[in-house]
Amino acid sequence: MDPMAEIKATFFQECEEQLAELESGLLAMEGGDTESETVNAVFRAVHSVKGGAGAFGLEDLVHFAHIFETTLDEVRSNRLPASDAVVKALLRSADVLADLVRAARDGGAVDQARCDVCAAELSALTGIEESDAGDDGMGEIDFQPMQMAPLDLDFDAEAPAEEPAPEPASWTLRFKPRPELYAKANETVLLLRELARLGEVEVELDAGDLPLLPHLDPEGAYLSWTVRIRGDATEADLREVFEFVDADCELDVQAIGLDGEPMELANAELDIAALISLAQSAGEETAPPQAEAPVAALEPIAEAEEPAAVIPAAMAANSVEDRRVEDRRGGEDRRGEAKPGGVAQAAPTIRVDLDRVDRLIDLVGELVINQAMLAQRVNEAGLARASNVAGGLDELEQLTREIQDSVMAIRAQPVKSVFQRMPRLVRELASITGKQVRLLTEGEGTEVDKTVIERLTDPLTHMIRNAIDHGLETPEKRIAAGKNPEGTCKLSAAHRSGRIVIEVADDGGGINRERVKQIAIDKGLIPAEAALTDEEIDNLIFLPGFSTASTISDISGRGVGMDVVKRSIQDLGGRISITSRPGLGSTFSMSLPLTLAVLDGMVVTAGQQTLVAPLTSIIETLQPKRSDVHGLGGGARVISIRGSYVPLVDVGLSLGYRAEPLDSEQGVALLIEGEGGTRAVLLVDAIQGQRQVVIKSLEANYRRVPGIAAATILGDGRVALILDIDALVAASRTAEAPRLLQAG
Amino acid sequence: MSKTILTVDDSRTMRDMLRLALVDAGFNVVQAEDGVHGLEVLAGETPDVIVTDINMPRMDGYGFIEGVRADARCRAIPILVLTTESSAEKKMRARDAGATGWIVKPFNPEKLVEAIRRVAA
Repeated sequence: MDPMAEIKATFFQECEEQLAELESGLLAMEGGDTESETVNAVFRAVHSVKGGAGAFGLEDLVHFAHIFETTLDEVRSNRLPASDAVVKALLRSADVLADLVRAARDGGAVDQARCDVCAAELSALTGIEESDAGDDGMGEIDFQPMQMAPLDLDFDAEAPAEEPAPEPASWTLRFKPRPELYAKANETVLLLRELARLGEVEVELDAGDLPLLPHLDPEGAYLSWTVRIRGDATEADLREVFEFVDADCELDVQAIGLDGEPMELANAELDIAALISLAQSAGEETAPPQAEAPVAALEPIAEAEEPAAVIPAAMAANSVEDRRVEDRRGGEDRRGEAKPGGVAQAAPTIRVDLDRVDRLIDLVGELVINQAMLAQRVNEAGLARASNVAGGLDELEQLTREIQDSVMAIRAQPVKSVFQRMPRLVRELASITGKQVRLLTEGEGTEVDKTVIERLTDPLTHMIRNAIDHGLETPEKRIAAGKNPEGTCKLSAAHRSGRIVIEVADDGGGINRERVKQIAIDKGLIPAEAALTDEEIDNLIFLPGFSTASTISDISGRGVGMDVVKRSIQDLGGRISITSRPGLGSTFSMSLPLTLAVLDGMVVTAGQQTLVAPLTSIIETLQPKRSDVHGLGGGARVISIRGSYVPLVDVGLSLGYRAEPLDSEQGVALLIEGEGGTRAVLLVDAIQGQRQVVIKSLEANYRRVPGIAAATILGDGRVALILDIDALVAASRTAEAPRLLQAG
Repeated sequence: MSKTILTVDDSRTMRDMLRLALVDAGFNVVQAEDGVHGLEVLAGETPDVIVTDINMPRMDGYGFIEGVRADARCRAIPILVLTTESSAEKKMRARDAGATGWIVKPFNPEKLVEAIRRVAA
């Protein structure tokens, strides 16, 4: 890839990080954080975006970032108090900045009116006119880094405009450095070298102020120079040479006309070229620090009154070798990559191509399978449990598991990246709906596999939309109900028994069950006479074709219902459930696997086939008694477990492995808990054991099969299908009325 | 022998751009991500020129320059400051901290190399 394009890609990546940093910093400020480091971090984020944008000529972005930065600078220096209103405006600006970055990256258009309003708002806060934005020199040149005219040309172009009069053919400069000049690592010889590039020079050294040794301050500056230049250099050219040092020296530039009196040159008349060659030969020696150059001047004083030697000695600091371009790409030091940019006190990290990680995960998957095969072979060979081989194998299993966990941890990321997108959504929703919403987040550091994170954004976005649109009441209604007019929406994540549980909770009115039920009846989703429990009514909102908004609002009504949310959660191997209390609010709880790559499963046999049931769904296994099983007609059966009736699903029959139902006494029953806490019993022929299996997508390699979630390879090398328990249970109840199977 | 340049900048984009421009111009490049890191790098390297940003976490450019100037071994190394501001006030402040010169961002490679040439012996 073209190196600039690559850097540009890095820039946009970095922008995303800076934007995230910006948002979290601003949110901290909104929450009352007044630490100067927080404000600084926010400032730096915008500043960085601006700097990079300038380098790539992204003018819109530079312009807005500059106004934003100016405002932040006011906040940073305490000239503008970080009041609630100011922080809110800054947050809105952060959103605009994010839009601009994305527009620059993806080539889309931005809402110009919104940018302008926001920019005007920022300018109003600082009282600094937008037009002042140009004073940082950002607007003066084109920013295409590779295509600029060389520096010299700029000045050639500028100077005639300033000084239309013909330049004199000759200049005299008097130059007396102060000690500060050396203390800042500037060096007279370099300035003289620069002058020599402008024309023919004659240099005279004045060492008259040099004190005797006892009075000499090693860091003092005692020498001064007079330089005469012939050629067509302009005064601006000459001044430019002294740009960095003009505050640290006395400089006098005088023009001498063509017929002007030549200067009186004293004893030491030097040719600068000779000086440089002298310095070059001295350059090989170990150089004294340049700031102490005057010390070197002692040498000639002590030995001979020969000021000419002073300059080479002073120059000896380094070789005056000119810019010699050697290609040394290979020699670059990579240590700069060892730490992440912009994160203070973060642990060192590296960036790795995702493909490499995925390859590693695949390989570890193979390793797990291979280890299982090996174990099986050893077992088949009839070796004693206590044998060395079996002992080694146990260790191998342990190690394999640890490697697998470690590799999975590489892909694990904190849910922060998803949670971070939500404050903006909430702000936008709040302003559209006219509701006051406070978003609380908890457990942002909870880690989960990257794939899960990537597929979490859409369902989470919709759940928050739903919570604000349908859950929270308007401020008036809340006041009437005696609540805080500002509603709360809480987003939390936590690890719970090997899964991640993400909850979206609101303190709104809760689910209006009467209305939900009426809608379901009106839409023909349930029979009018159905008597449903509260939980069942709550779960109606997950039915396809259900939407509680009587008018399709701008927010929730985007063609996505809660049924889609539920499906996408299920596709991730997750479950979603609701708890709702009238007047107090609702909580949507999602439970997701930490990874999509491995699964703890129970290996079972059904109708000669080996199948895997996800262990997380299994509550217990039992040996059913024939007396506990009751037929319901239509082939359906229920089983009585500790006094409650649970539907019995004959796995072999459901999947078509056998034609006749399995006698319940011949099989083993697995009590499982599906989504929303519904229970069922899976009847299988036998249990083979429990093991960790590597998930291989059936959909990607073959096609989607109802009732089957995925496949895996077992220790004996055979493919086993992983059951989709919820789908199996759902399929078995479609024929019957839901209530019937929920008995007890 | 080609010269070694230490660049100190918290932005990865900026570091990459500096590296590209400097390596193309034949310099050895050593990089650091903030002032603290820059001083750490200096413990093991003696670059010919340092190019540093100002706004950085942990230790900003001013602090870094003061740190370099306070170190007897490193204080004679020329330091160029990268600044988006061409305002006199910002330049003064960098100079007061001990900067040798400055480069106004956005820079182009020619401008950068030219500035380095001007201060590098």
